[in-house]
This record gives sequence, C-alpha cells and structure tokens, in this order.
Amino acid sequence: MAELLLELLSEEIPARMQTRAADDLKRLVCDGLKGAGVGFEQARAFATPRRLTLVIDGIPASRDDVSEEKRGPRVGAPDQAVQGFLKGAGLASLDQAEKRDTGKGEFWFAVVTKKGGLTADALPGVIDAAMKALPWPKSMKWGSGTMQWVRPLQSIIALFDGKGLKGEVAPGGQMAPIAFGATTRGHRFLSKGAIEVSNFADYTTKLRTAHVILDPAERKAIILDGARKLCAEAQVGLHEDEGLLEEVAGLVEWPVPMLGTIDAQFMDVPPEVLIVSMKAHLRYFSTTKADGTLANRFVVVANNVARDGGKTIIEGNERVLRARLSDAKFFWDQDRKQTLEARLPALRQVVFHAKLGTQAERVERIAKLAGEIAKALPAVDATEVEQAARLCKADLVTGMVGEFPELQGVMGRYYALGEKLPAAVADAIGDHYAPVGPNDRCPSAPVSIAVALADKLDALISFWSIGEKPTGSRDPFALRRAALGVIRIVIENKLRLPLRPFVKADDLLAFFAERLKVQMREKGVRHDIVDAVLALGSEDDLVRLLARVEALQSFLSTEAGKNLLTAYGRAANIVRAEEKKDKGLAAKIAGAPDAALLEQAEEKDVASALAEVERVVKPALAAEDFAGAMKAFADLRAPIDALFDKVTVNVTDKPELRLNRLKLLNQIRATMDTVADFSKIEG
Amino acid sequence: MSDPSSARAKPTCFQELILTLQEYWARQGCLILQPFDMEMGAGTFHTATTLRALGPKPWYAAYVQPSRRPGDGRYGENPMRLQHYYQFQAILKPSPPDILERYLGSLEAIGIDTSLHDIRFVEDDWESPTLGAWGLGWEVWCDGMEVTQFTYFQQVGGIEVDLVAGEITYGLERLAMYLFDKKTVYELPYNRADSDVPLTYGDVFLQNEQEQSAYNFEYADTEMLFRHFVDAEKECGRLIEKKLPLPAYEQCIKASHSFNLLDARGVISVAERQSYILRVRDLAKVCCEAWLATQKKAA
Repeated sequence: MAELLLELLSEEIPARMQTRAADDLKRLVCDGLKGAGVGFEQARAFATPRRLTLVIDGIPASRDDVSEEKRGPRVGAPDQAVQGFLKGAGLASLDQAEKRDTGKGEFWFAVVTKKGGLTADALPGVIDAAMKALPWPKSMKWGSGTMQWVRPLQSIIALFDGKGLKGEVAPGGQMAPIAFGATTRGHRFLSKGAIEVSNFADYTTKLRTAHVILDPAERKAIILDGARKLCAEAQVGLHEDEGLLEEVAGLVEWPVPMLGTIDAQFMDVPPEVLIVSMKAHLRYFSTTKADGTLANRFVVVANNVARDGGKTIIEGNERVLRARLSDAKFFWDQDRKQTLEARLPALRQVVFHAKLGTQAERVERIAKLAGEIAKALPAVDATEVEQAARLCKADLVTGMVGEFPELQGVMGRYYALGEKLPAAVADAIGDHYAPVGPNDRCPSAPVSIAVALADKLDALISFWSIGEKPTGSRDPFALRRAALGVIRIVIENKLRLPLRPFVKADDLLAFFAERLKVQMREKGVRHDIVDAVLALGSEDDLVRLLARVEALQSFLSTEAGKNLLTAYGRAANIVRAEEKKDKGLAAKIAGAPDAALLEQAEEKDVASALAEVERVVKPALAAEDFAGAMKAFADLRAPIDALFDKVTVNVTDKPELRLNRLKLLNQIRATMDTVADFSKIEG
Repeated sequence: MSDPSSARAKPTCFQELILTLQEYWARQGCLILQPFDMEMGAGTFHTATTLRALGPKPWYAAYVQPSRRPGDGRYGENPMRLQHYYQFQAILKPSPPDILERYLGSLEAIGIDTSLHDIRFVEDDWESPTLGAWGLGWEVWCDGMEVTQFTYFQQVGGIEVDLVAGEITYGLERLAMYLFDKKTVYELPYNRADSDVPLTYGDVFLQNEQEQSAYNFEYADTEMLFRHFVDAEKECGRLIEKKLPLPAYEQCIKASHSFNLLDARGVISVAERQSYILRVRDLAKVCCEAWLATQKKAA
C-alpha cells in the first residue's frame, strides 16, 4: 500500500475559493481512481493561499484486470442511441458488443476489460483529468498560454510511493510545460529557494520549517488561540466571527495575530460603522469590553514574522484604519446636518428597478401597505407607522450608506434617534429589513412589524407584477427570503393578518404556501400534514393555519387519530372506486343520506355520530378550537369501524340502499375534510 | 531583477517615487513612455495598454498617466480624493512567470522592506464597462493599505486577448502618503526638502483641484458636452470606416471624458447612464477590432 501526494502551487488563490477547490480536487481524483479501478483507504485535501494539496493513503502498487459490463440500448434502437452507446463503451462497432435477452427484451451489452498494471502508470492520467475538470468559479489564462486556472500555476508535486510520477501540464503557447516533480516553495517572504520532499509527512514538516501551515483548520486554531491570548492580556473580549476567521485563514500561510488600537477620536461613531469598516475593508476582528460594548482594540492577522516584532505592521494598520475611519467620521458628521425628511426628494433620483420606478415611488407603496397592515395590529400608533414607512429608505442617500451599503437601516435608525424622532419610529427604520436570514432576529415592536411586512410584501407584489418570479436556481431579488420574512414575522408575533387582501395573485399565495412548507419541514412538521391543511385552499391566516397543522399532527399521533385515518381511507377508497365506474355518481351522492333508508343500526349510529360531530365541530372551528374539533372526530371511530364490519355498501340488488350508503361514506369524508384534506395524509 | 548598484536611494518625495519606479521598470525591460496627451479616467485608457494589450506582439511598457475623474473632485477639501491624480502603470505582455517577484522588487525599490511589512494579495477582479475589458488579479495590501492593483487582462474591447498582459497600477498619491506618512495628499513633499524651492503637492495642485471641481460640478457647459459626445461618436465611426483606428480611438477617449463630465454635472439619469456607457463601449470595441486587424496584418 502506498501514498499519493499531489500539490498544485500557484499565485495567490482567492480565500473564498480555497476550501471548495480542495474538496473538488479530492472528489475528482478519487472518482478518477475508482474509474481506473484503483482502490485507496483515505483521502485528505488541504488548501493555503498558494497551494492545493491532496494526500491519498492505502493505494495498491498495482491492480488486476477488471472487466465491466455496460448495458446499451434495445436491439433495433435508433442509430443515434447505438452510436452513443458505442462511444461511451469505447467500441468501434456493434460487432464488438453482444445481444442478450434480459427478460424485458433484447439489449446490446458491451464487456469492457480494463487492463490492470502498475498504479503509477494510471495516476498521471487521473491527475491530468482532475485538473482539467476542476470547476473554479472564475479562471484565467496567463502569459502566452491557453490553459485555464484560478491564477498562474507554478509547479506540481506528484509523488507516488515516494517516487515522482511521470507527467506534465502544458500551459500552452510559448510556455514551458510544468513537469510533475518533487519540489515546492515555502512562504513568499519567510522562505527562500526550492524545497524537495519525499512524502506527505516530510512535506508537511518541511513546509512548517518554511513557514507554511498546510492545514486550514490548524491556521484557524492558531489565529483563534493567538487572538484570544492577545485579547485576554488587553482585558478585552474577542468578537469571534466564523466567516471572518475562515476568510483570514485563507489569506495567510503563516498566521501572526497582532493587537492594534482604534484612535480615541472615532469611538463616538456608531459601533456598527467601526465594525463594518474593520471587517469588510480590513479583515480585522473587533473586540468588546466587559459590558459587551465595542472596545478600542482590534486583532489583525499578518502573514509575516517581522524583524521588529510587528511594530511597523501594527502602526501601518492603525494608520490605514485611521484613514478609513476619518472617512466614516466625516460621513457621520456630514449626514447629521440634514434630516431624513429633507432627504426624501433625493429618493426620486434613485431607481429601484427600471420597471418599478424610483425609491420614492417604492416608499409611497410601502407607506400605503404599512398603513393597511397597521389596521390589523393591536395597539399601534398609525402616525408613527406612517412616519417610519416614509423615512425607512431615506438613509440610502446618506454618505455613510453610500460608502457602506450594508449599514442601510442601521444608519437610518441612528440618524432618526439623533433627530429625536420617536424611538419606535427609529427602531422601525432600523428593523425594517429584518429578518434577513433564518437566524436573524424578527422585528417584534408593532411599528417595526408594520413597516417590515410592508417592505417585503411590496417587493413580492411588485416583482410579481412585472413577471420577475424566482425560478429554481435564480432569485436575484431575494423574494424567497422576503416571503420567509413575512411568514416568520406573522407567525412569531402571532399576527392575525390574512394575506389574501394583500396578495391578489394566486401563484404568489401558492409561493407563500411553498415557503411555509419548507420552513415547517425544517422545524420537523410533516409535509403531508401541511399539505392536507393547505389543500383547504381558503386558509390565508398563517397563525390559524399553523394551529390547524399542530392540532392535526398531535391528533394523528394518537391511537384514535391513526384509526380514524384508516377509516377515512376506507370510506374514501370505496367512494372513489365507485365514482370511477360511474361518472355521474359524485353528483348523486352529494348531501346528507336519507334517514328513512338507513336500515342497519350501525348505519344509524354513524349518521347520528356524524350529526353530533358536525354540531360540535362547527362552533369549535369557528372558535378556532382545533384540538376540540379533533377530539370530536375521535368519537367517530367506533361507529365507523362497526359500519365497515357489519354493513355491505355495494348491495347489488337494492340500488337505492347502495346509493344511500355511499352518501353516508361520502359524508364521513366531507365532514372530516372541513378541518383538513385527509386524503393528502400519508398513512 | 534589480541590481543594487544602479538602484537609487529610497525616495523621499513624490517626484523621486516616480523616478524610482521608472528606473526600476526600465531595468525590467519596459519602455518608459510619457503620459497620453488627452483627458482619461485611468492609465488603462492609454493606447499603450488598451490597444497594445491586444494582438500577438509582446509589449513591455511603463508610464505615468494623469487620471481625471471629474466626479471625485472635492474642491481640495478631502484629504485623499482628487479629480486629477497620477497613476503609474507597468504592463508586461506576455506576463512573465516571475512577474509577482518583479513587482515585489519594485516595492523594495521604493522603500517597502518586506521583512518589516505585511504584504497580502487580496482577490480583486477588474472590469472596465466602458472599455469592454476584464481581468483577474488582486489588490495588493501593505499593512492593510491598498498599494497596487494587479490584473491579468483576459478581454479588451470585448475581444479575448492573444497574449495575457500583466498590468500593475500604483495609485501614486496614496502610495506616497503611505511612504512619507502624510495625513493629506496636499502635505506630500513634491520635491526634496533640501531643494532650492521645496514645494508640496498642495503648492502644485490645490488651486487646480478647487477650480476644476467648480468646473466639473458647476460650470461645465452641459449642452456643449452633449454635443461633444455626439460629435466624437460620429467622428470615431467615420475614422473607423477610413481604417484609422488610432485617431478613431482618440475620439472614443474624448467621448468617454465628455460622459464623465456630464455624469459629474448630474445631468445623466440612472437609466441613461447605462446607455452612455454602452455607447462608449461600442466605440472602444470597434477601435479595438480595427486596431487588431492592423496588428494581425503586420504580424
């Protein structure tokens, strides 16, 4: 058993692409090995800013001949299908294939024999194919070449069992081929010259000496440990940010965390501004004081061990931060010279969408919607809703949001507070984009709810009106997120807000239903139960819908519920089977059965049980006591079971009796369907 | 690579920064060209980049290009935003395998000691909608400061390049502020402090920033500029018909600058903006195609 070591060294790979590329390389090479009939035990992939590395253990030095059968098209199939089969199997003509009867007809079969041999002979082809297939999100050519890679490729290590594999990659043009070899380079600044390696253990050790930590997980741990230590010494807390950590680990081969200080003059700028400025532009970690507020220290992770211990690097970074924050402070001071109200005319110059007009027009629509929504909310100040809705987009034309678009809403809130607008208005401006993700917090204050719902409903209704609906893979206007936001706000705040008055388009309402199903499934609710309730069609009150779903789910988990479902199924099956035979039957069996034609005691019992259920269920449904309604249904179970035991429905000699019994069964179905379409429920 | 004996001492002022970069890139085999004598938004518009990036002929050049961005004018009141600033550009086509080492050598030459600083290559893909050009590369950070834009050109004028050029662009003022530790561009020493007449960047350019900002934002005659745009567009088309890509391309540059001024004057709506950009791009595209035809014929 031997080891394959592969390293692809290049110029700096974008941080966001590294993990994915390493995984893809692993997958492609492993698939290639399987395709070539080469077994292995374990594969591990690593990435640094300059290299993708793959090590695969437990590969046999040689492999046996393998023969593989491929089934082709039916004998006599069109030529195109035959040609495709021949090409796929690597055959020249059908003479090389054989006919076989599979019991379902005669098919062509190809028996492809893969020659075994030395694994080392098969590996270069596998590596070459994997490199060609590696799907970089963006790739480029360089020099005079034509080869595509994420950035110029510099060298390749390809060692099997400690020996170099024969192979090369040709970038094309006038450029020399990059031969498979056993050498790499270390850190760009902390190492000089080529490094020759003999196997993976040797490789990682030598890289470490050359100031390269191969494993991203280890780089992350070094950053986190180092940053925590620095913070502890400075008596601040590290704001741990997994996304940032991931990115920073992809920017350095030898991480050196350092602690810098934010100039005191900027500490009165809103903390969100400082955090965004540090994170988005400079990839710094922010820190917090004991009370959770922003501290004046930051952690920067350098990729160098400087000979002055990092003094120059820290000073340089502090200087850059100062320049950045001067800009931010300038905007903060300038923006507050003008009220949000005074900025509204400028929204007429900002196009929201070519077909949907300007932000000013959008604001008008949001204000109107928010007003209507507010009517359905208890204890909300309509004047505040109106004000918040009109001002919610005003910060889009401030200098700060122009510079930091991700601070939209947040800045509007600060500016509103600065103007001494009511806190509820300021909060609604700040909250109205929320929730922006499944883990984001939902607005809960009444004014915030009204504006946040209006913002999302307007986006949905507007984009729907111009035919910009999300498709399977495309949702450029984040309408799924908007719909989910509406659902969460309504449900989490238990709002009694029917959607139908706002959502006129049927397919938009269906879109909400779809999102709701996805969301409930994630919460562990059975999708068939959601379907059963949604099938009622008329339910557009999400809170009531959810209550129905919950009652139904808990009812169906009881013994009575399960049995009743079986009974329902039997009743429905019989009716359906009869309806199939007689197209006019459905009309004939609508309505209540004729009491005079109920012969047997069991029939009468079911009829009176149904009457009782209807008597109880109607008011229970009206009072939204779904658990009560379900409980009433439970009483149906015994009489229905008895009915199926003792009564023959399809009495052939008495057509009236048969029809009446079908009516009875149909009524069982109809009564139960008033709470949910039980036919959608999977037994 | 750099030969220490011929390298000048570390620059101490704006003009020495330029001289150092010129000498360095000259030693790397680059032609040292002079600025293009027309208003343009970036060094990329210089024919030495836009046109020379196309075609099968190798090309190494470096030059300073005054860059005009009318909308970035701040009347001389912002510490680092200017409507007129300088870019230093080196273009190496085809990009040599050691281009990054050569670039890092230029940082050493201007006094950035890589054993003291933290140099990082951060993904930054470049695209010029008006030139129909794009490439992949990085912004290069020195202790968090962006000191260079590095791009491997993939397409220019909507045409895929034959040989990939590596384009290295230094924003000179920003770099100088970093090197000489100045908080505003206007405090930068333009020449040496021990000169007979030592002057700052502000001495040379502050009044220009003030007056040009007023022109860009308040006084530029928009009717005239709209006319200039259309005239340049027409002239460009006429010259293309005559198979004169170089004069035609100058008209494209003119149209582009007229558009930038109109944009700064705020008379182009958001909806129209895109259509103007596309009109300039169309001009750039036909010029590039016509230029390429001459190159392929010559080759």
